[in-house]
Amino acid sequence: MGALDQYISLWQEHGDLLVSKSPDALNRLRADAASSLIEQGLPSQKDENYKFTDLEKILSPDYGINIGRVKIDVNPSDTFRCDVPQLSTSLFLVVNDSFAETVGCRDLLPEGVDVVSLASYARSNPEFIEKFYGSLADISNPVVALDTLLCQDGVVIRVRKGVKVESTIQLVNIFQNVAPLLAARRILIVMEEDSEAKVLVCDHTQTSDVAFCSLQVVEVFAAKGSKLDFYDLEESTQNTSRLSSLWLRQEEGSEVLLDSMTLYNGTTRNEFFTRFAGRHAKLRMLGMGIEDEQRRLDTYSRIAHEVSECNTDELFKYVVDDDAMGAFAGLIYVAEGASKTEAYQSNRNLVGSEKAVMHSKPQLEIYNDDVKCSHGTAIGQLDEKQLFYMMTRGISEDQARLMLKQAFMSDVIDGISLPPLRDRLKLMVERRFAGEKTACSSCPVGCNS
Amino acid sequence: MLSVKDLHAEIDGKEILRGVNLEVKPGEVHAIMGPNGSGKSTLSMVLAGNPAYTVTSGEVTFRGKSLLEMTPDVRSHEGLFLGFQYPVEIPGVSMVNFMRAAVNAKRKYFGEPPMGATDFLKLMREKRAIVELDNKLASRSVNEGFSGGEKKRNEIFQMAVLEPKLAILDETDSGLDVDALRIVAEGVNKLRTPENSAIVITHYQRLLDYIKPDVIHVLYKGRIVYTGGPELALEIEEKGYDWIKSEVDGKDAIKGEA
Repeated sequence: MGALDQYISLWQEHGDLLVSKSPDALNRLRADAASSLIEQGLPSQKDENYKFTDLEKILSPDYGINIGRVKIDVNPSDTFRCDVPQLSTSLFLVVNDSFAETVGCRDLLPEGVDVVSLASYARSNPEFIEKFYGSLADISNPVVALDTLLCQDGVVIRVRKGVKVESTIQLVNIFQNVAPLLAARRILIVMEEDSEAKVLVCDHTQTSDVAFCSLQVVEVFAAKGSKLDFYDLEESTQNTSRLSSLWLRQEEGSEVLLDSMTLYNGTTRNEFFTRFAGRHAKLRMLGMGIEDEQRRLDTYSRIAHEVSECNTDELFKYVVDDDAMGAFAGLIYVAEGASKTEAYQSNRNLVGSEKAVMHSKPQLEIYNDDVKCSHGTAIGQLDEKQLFYMMTRGISEDQARLMLKQAFMSDVIDGISLPPLRDRLKLMVERRFAGEKTACSSCPVGCNS
Repeated sequence: MLSVKDLHAEIDGKEILRGVNLEVKPGEVHAIMGPNGSGKSTLSMVLAGNPAYTVTSGEVTFRGKSLLEMTPDVRSHEGLFLGFQYPVEIPGVSMVNFMRAAVNAKRKYFGEPPMGATDFLKLMREKRAIVELDNKLASRSVNEGFSGGEKKRNEIFQMAVLEPKLAILDETDSGLDVDALRIVAEGVNKLRTPENSAIVITHYQRLLDYIKPDVIHVLYKGRIVYTGGPELALEIEEKGYDWIKSEVDGKDAIKGEA
C-alpha cells in the first residue's frame, strides 16, 4: 500500500482521538473513506488520469497531522483586510485547517449569509451538514477519500434564498508550522435559490522551508437561479504539495464562474468535477498556471452535461518555463438527453525553455447530435516577430518577453467579473512574470513575507 | 549619419544582400527603389537588427558607432527607427502600455527617470495629432483590428514619439489609398529636420511626390546598382526597371565571360 500506510494506521490506531475531537456529522463518513482507500489504494501513474501526478510521492513524507486539534499559534492581527483598492472583502482565515475570523469580517455581509467554521456548523446544524457534506464529492476519488478520512474543519458558506452578497467573501488559507504538516480542509458552498456571491480563496504558505501538504475538497451546490464566482488562487512555495478536488452541481438557470489561478506552487493537482442538473445553466471555467523552476501543475476537469440547454466555456492557459511541468486534461461529457448543449474548451500554452514540458489532453465525449461543441489545444513559443517589433521600439528583450507573457494571460484575467479584483490580479501576474518573490505583497495577511 | 560598407547578409543560408554600399548624411532623404525580391526589405531588417538574418560580412557605422554589434533595442535608443512594411499585431498589449514601455526604456538608457503620467498623455496627444490617429486606438491592442491605413499611421505615430535620428520607412506607402498616403507623407515631412535623415523604401514614385528625396538608389540582386537624383524616380516610373536590369545583367555576363 505504500504511502497510504501511515494514514490508514493513523486511523486505525488514533481514530478514536480524531473522532472525539470532531463533530458526528463529519465522523459518519470516515469509515467509508477508510475502506475506499484500503480497497483501492492510490492510483499509480499508469492510471491515465493520474499520469502526471505521483500521489505516492506526494503523500509519502512523514507529515504531522493535527488530529488532537492543538492550537497552532498564528498572529491574527486586527488589520487583516485585503487592501485591494475598492475591493472590500469579508475576510476569513483558515490557518492550516482551522477556521479563524478576523475583526469586522461580517460587517459587510447581509443577513442570510453564513460564513462559518465547518466544525462548529456541523455541531449547530448537523442536519444541514449531513445533507450536503460528502453528497457531491465521490468517496472513491482518492483525494476525496483521504480528505474525508482526516478532515476536522474547514468553511461553510451558505447564502440563503434570494440573498445577494455584494462584498467578496475572501478566505485566506495559511500554512504555518515549524515541522512538515498535512492539512485536510473542506469548503462547502451552498447557494440557495436566486442567491448571489463571489468567493475568493487564497492559498498561502507562510513558512517556505517547511514541507506542507494541502488536501482540499470543495463542494459547491448552485441552486436554481443562483450566481457564484469562485476564484481559487494559489501562492504557495516549492515545498508545498496541493491536492484539490472541486465538485459542483448546477441547477436550472444557475451561473457559475470557476477561476483557478496558480501563481506560485510546488506540486499541484487541481481536479474539477461539475454537473449540470437543470436546464439553462451556465459554467465559465478559467484557469492559469505560471510554472517555472521545478514546479508542477496538473489540472483535470470533467464537465458533465446531463440535461439540455446548458452552456460551458472553458479556457485554461499555462506558461511553463525552466524545468517545470504543466498538464491539462479536460473532458466535456454530453449525455444523450443533453440537446442544445453549447460547450467550448480551450487550452493554450507557452513553453519557454528546452526542458519545460507541457501535456495537454482536451476531450469531448458527445452522445447527442444537436449540440455545439468545440475543443482545442495549442502549445507554442513566444512569437519572434512580435519580440523583434517590440525591440525595434526600444523595449529590451526581457521586458518584451515579460509583456508578451502578460498579454498571453490577458483573456483569462479579463474573464474576472470584478474590476478591482481584475486589476489586482493583472498586477499580481505582472509581478509574477517579473520574478518578484511574492506576487501579492500588499496583502496585509503578509504570507510569504 | 549612416555608412554601410560592403554589406552581405543571408537568411536560411540564402544570400540576399551581396555587397551593399550606402552613405547617408545628416538631413538627407534617400529613397531606395528596386524590383521585387531585390533585397530592399532585407536591408531594412538587417539595419534594424532582425535576428532572423545573418550578416556574413561588411560593416555599418551609425553616428560613429558600429551598428551591427547593437541589439535592436539599443539601435532604437541610438536613434534608428524602422517603419514596418507589415506592422505586427500584438494582442493583449495595449498601445498605451506599449508606448509607455518604449518611451521609458529610452529614458532609462539615457539615465532619465520614467515619464510622469500627465506628461506621457500629453506627449501621446501631441504626436497622435501629427498623423490624425484616432484616440480610441490607444486603448486597443497594438495594431490589432487596425485597418491597413491605421497601421501605417500608427508606425509614423511611433516614429514621432521616438524622434529618431534616422528613420527607415519600408514600403510605408503600400496598401494606402491616396488620402492615407497624404496623411502619412505629411506626417513624415512634419518630422523632418536639418539634422535628421530618412531612408524611404518604395516600389513607386507616388510616395516621392510627397516625400522629396535627395538621392535615389536602385537596389537589384542585393546590390545598389544605380544612384541618381530625384529625376531617377521619374525615369523608373516611365521606363520600369528593365533598362537597369539589362545593364547590370549585361555587365555581369561580361564579367562572367572574362
